[in-house]
Amino acid sequence: SSATLRILASMPSRTIGRSRGAIISQYYNRTARLRRRSSHPPLQQLCRAARPSLRQYDLETDPARATLEDKRSVLVKELLSLSPSQCSHMLLTVPLSLAEKRTLRQELSRQRGPPRQQAQHQAPSSPCGWSKDYIILVSLGRGSAQQPRGLWYRLWPRCSPQAPSPQGCRDLWYRLLSLLLAAQPWHYALKQISGRFGSSVLSYFLFLKTLLMFNIISFLILLIFVVALQAAYPPASVSPQPFTGLELLTGAGCFTHSLLYYGYYSNVTLNDPCTFSPNGSVFPLTAPLLPYNMPLAYVFSVGVSFLVTCALLVYSMSQSFGESYRVGSSVGDLAIKVFCAWDFKVIQKRSVKLQCENICTQLKELLAEQRSRSRSLSLCQRLKHTSVLFLAWALSLSMVLGCVLAVHYFSEHMHAVTRDSGRWQQEAILLVLPLMVSLLNVLMPHLYNFLAMWEKHDSPVAEVYVAICRNLILKMVVLGLLCYQWLSRRVICSTEECWETCVGQDLYRFVVMDFVFTLLDTLFGELVWRLILEKRLKRKQRPEFDIARNVLELIYGQTLTWLGILFAPLLPAVQTLKLLLLFYIKKTSLMQNCQSPSKPWQASHMSTIFITLLCFPSFLGAAVFLSYTIWSVQPSETCGPFQGVETIYMSGKTWVRVLEKSNPNITWLTWVHHHLLENTFLLFFVSGVLLAVIYFNIQVVRGQRRIIHLLKEQIANEGEDKKFLIQKLHSVYEQRER
Amino acid sequence: AYKRFSELLPKEERENACSVRLPKSQILTLPELRANPFRHRICQVFSTSEYGDDSMSFEDFLDMLSVFSDSATSDVKSHYAFRIFDFDDDGTLSRKDLEKLVNCLTGQGEESQLSNAEMEQLIQNILEESDIDKDGTINLSEFQHIVSRSPDFARCGGLQR
Repeated sequence: SSATLRILASMPSRTIGRSRGAIISQYYNRTARLRRRSSHPPLQQLCRAARPSLRQYDLETDPARATLEDKRSVLVKELLSLSPSQCSHMLLTVPLSLAEKRTLRQELSRQRGPPRQQAQHQAPSSPCGWSKDYIILVSLGRGSAQQPRGLWYRLWPRCSPQAPSPQGCRDLWYRLLSLLLAAQPWHYALKQISGRFGSSVLSYFLFLKTLLMFNIISFLILLIFVVALQAAYPPASVSPQPFTGLELLTGAGCFTHSLLYYGYYSNVTLNDPCTFSPNGSVFPLTAPLLPYNMPLAYVFSVGVSFLVTCALLVYSMSQSFGESYRVGSSVGDLAIKVFCAWDFKVIQKRSVKLQCENICTQLKELLAEQRSRSRSLSLCQRLKHTSVLFLAWALSLSMVLGCVLAVHYFSEHMHAVTRDSGRWQQEAILLVLPLMVSLLNVLMPHLYNFLAMWEKHDSPVAEVYVAICRNLILKMVVLGLLCYQWLSRRVICSTEECWETCVGQDLYRFVVMDFVFTLLDTLFGELVWRLILEKRLKRKQRPEFDIARNVLELIYGQTLTWLGILFAPLLPAVQTLKLLLLFYIKKTSLMQNCQSPSKPWQASHMSTIFITLLCFPSFLGAAVFLSYTIWSVQPSETCGPFQGVETIYMSGKTWVRVLEKSNPNITWLTWVHHHLLENTFLLFFVSGVLLAVIYFNIQVVRGQRRIIHLLKEQIANEGEDKKFLIQKLHSVYEQRER
Repeated sequence: AYKRFSELLPKEERENACSVRLPKSQILTLPELRANPFRHRICQVFSTSEYGDDSMSFEDFLDMLSVFSDSATSDVKSHYAFRIFDFDDDGTLSRKDLEKLVNCLTGQGEESQLSNAEMEQLIQNILEESDIDKDGTINLSEFQHIVSRSPDFARCGGLQR
């Protein structure tokens, strides 16, 4: 009835959003809980209850105003008992207006101590003081990473430093932070992109930025510890060949005996004082000589750069997992879509209109999907659907097999051809295999798209996942075949003496070809296609930016770089350059030619998937390849830092033995080395512990899900009780009236 | 932010910017709000004007920016998002509020609006999924519960500055 509805409408749970008193009480509760958790002595209970009750509801009448003051003072008292950072974090999270927060804060500082009162009690009516308060209120407790950037930058020139020293240090800190934030690379470009295309396309560019960071770190480690030192002490080199333009593509020719490849690095201790004393005298020379063991440095730098990359990858993966995985979130797609779909970062009118259309299409699709799901399919239709799915997967896997066999036989054929042809032709022929592999990588996704159009999936999201899966399988299997060919050296580089340099050159060629083909793909797939659509077919629609395909291309390029670090230490530098150029080219092409994707993309989910794909097939595969090379492959006899050693790992072992002999105090190191690194028991133990932790977490999540279910039932029951009680009260009241 | 606020004021009032109220028409010229379908509600929610003309003072302006910045907690963002989506200001999202919300999201054009049957189905589903106490409306706690499940809310619910 209407009376019931009126009463229900004024219940505390419905008006908590608008009443300041209610919000203050709620946060008083939260603060009290926080304080109790940090085990301070409990505050004595106030007679006026802190929970909002039905009586204290009108803010306009005076008695309520008195209660508001009371509530405020109670909250301030609670906040005082917290630590300063907790206190500011609490203030930050309270959804009150700025004026309220300022009053609270002034109360706090007044009660905290009179000596500091002079500094903060200036009661500034200038915007400067307000803004400083605002910065402090908004930014404290959150860390430096995500501040309202432009705000400080603009506010800063207006604020003159009038405050005494405790404020002064903080001001200096803020000034430094704002400078750091303003210096972030590509800040404006990323804002442009997100303004026009939304968060999903932005996730591609952020991924590119992450990869750039990984490459720069690897490059710096290798530069400082390996490349720079070898450049300072060059080995006795072969006469350099003249530079022709072809070297940039093939990596051979005059690049062969350069810092770019493994073969250039010496296997001796650089700058060894033993070789420098001319008459056997032990007088120190004017410049102190520091011996530098190059092979050790080489293998350790490569190992350290991989370890650092691994740590960073696992850290970013855990962060994005933490953001995107939620307990008990299996249902609720439509509600989430409606409440969270609006991307406030989009500001251009045309993009806003596009976003509206996208949301409408997605909602319609979800509703249609739900309707079709509720209509159960007949057995015949289900069988047909399953058989179509099976056929499509069989077709795509056989295509992958076909590509792999093609690559294998093609490389054998190329090898046979190179054996009898001139030098120029040999160099050019070297490019053909990378060309073919890149061509396959570019064409097959389009074929997969056609296949997907034929088999209709249940939902658009499933379509995207299936496409990513198939492309990934293709790329990884082809790379696997190539790795096998490089290591077994039966086909490629079988005639070379310095096979590591040859493999490094091959990888360099693959990286360069991949870049060239990405450029061509951007050119033809986006620019030319847009011109065709506009001029010939006269359609208003522009080509879409295919996020999944572009990201997989980035992952493929990064895998190649990681595979090649051991053989070509400067490969991360090449990849860095390539990523930098790619950023600008893709951005320009995006702005000129594309429109935002119409498929549903949950940006955070996708970023998690990208990082996971980067970690698991890509990085893990490269790490396995590297470990196998270090552990079991014999390096070449005549070149490189590991000439004449059995395996690269053996050189590390011999060094440990030499160390042990030279200094008997370090036997613990060999003990550690022998028992922990070489013993398999440790591996089993660690895996056992990991499995136990995973099982424990699964059980915790299961328990939490059960509790959520029970609590939901309880809340529904209470809602029913509430309605029942109100109706009963009404009927009793009406009876009494009569 | 002060600079941007004073830019929107006419020249003679700029020195006194802290105590002047900016009329709604001027606020709506901000690039972030110009094309936003929720701009009217945003002005209504953040304005503390007693005359109900949705004008904003500098404090209100700062409030708005702080809620939309990237560093506001999801608590604060969901609180204000709830108020923005509550078109009739009654403290809960009733069926009418949800209908208006969906219409805002899908745009103003004729082709992009949902049909009545679809709207009914959508609202029915939303209430089923999010109304925990089964009273036919979504209150603040239920809204915050739903929104906390989506990690995109924190990311998309911000104006990048």
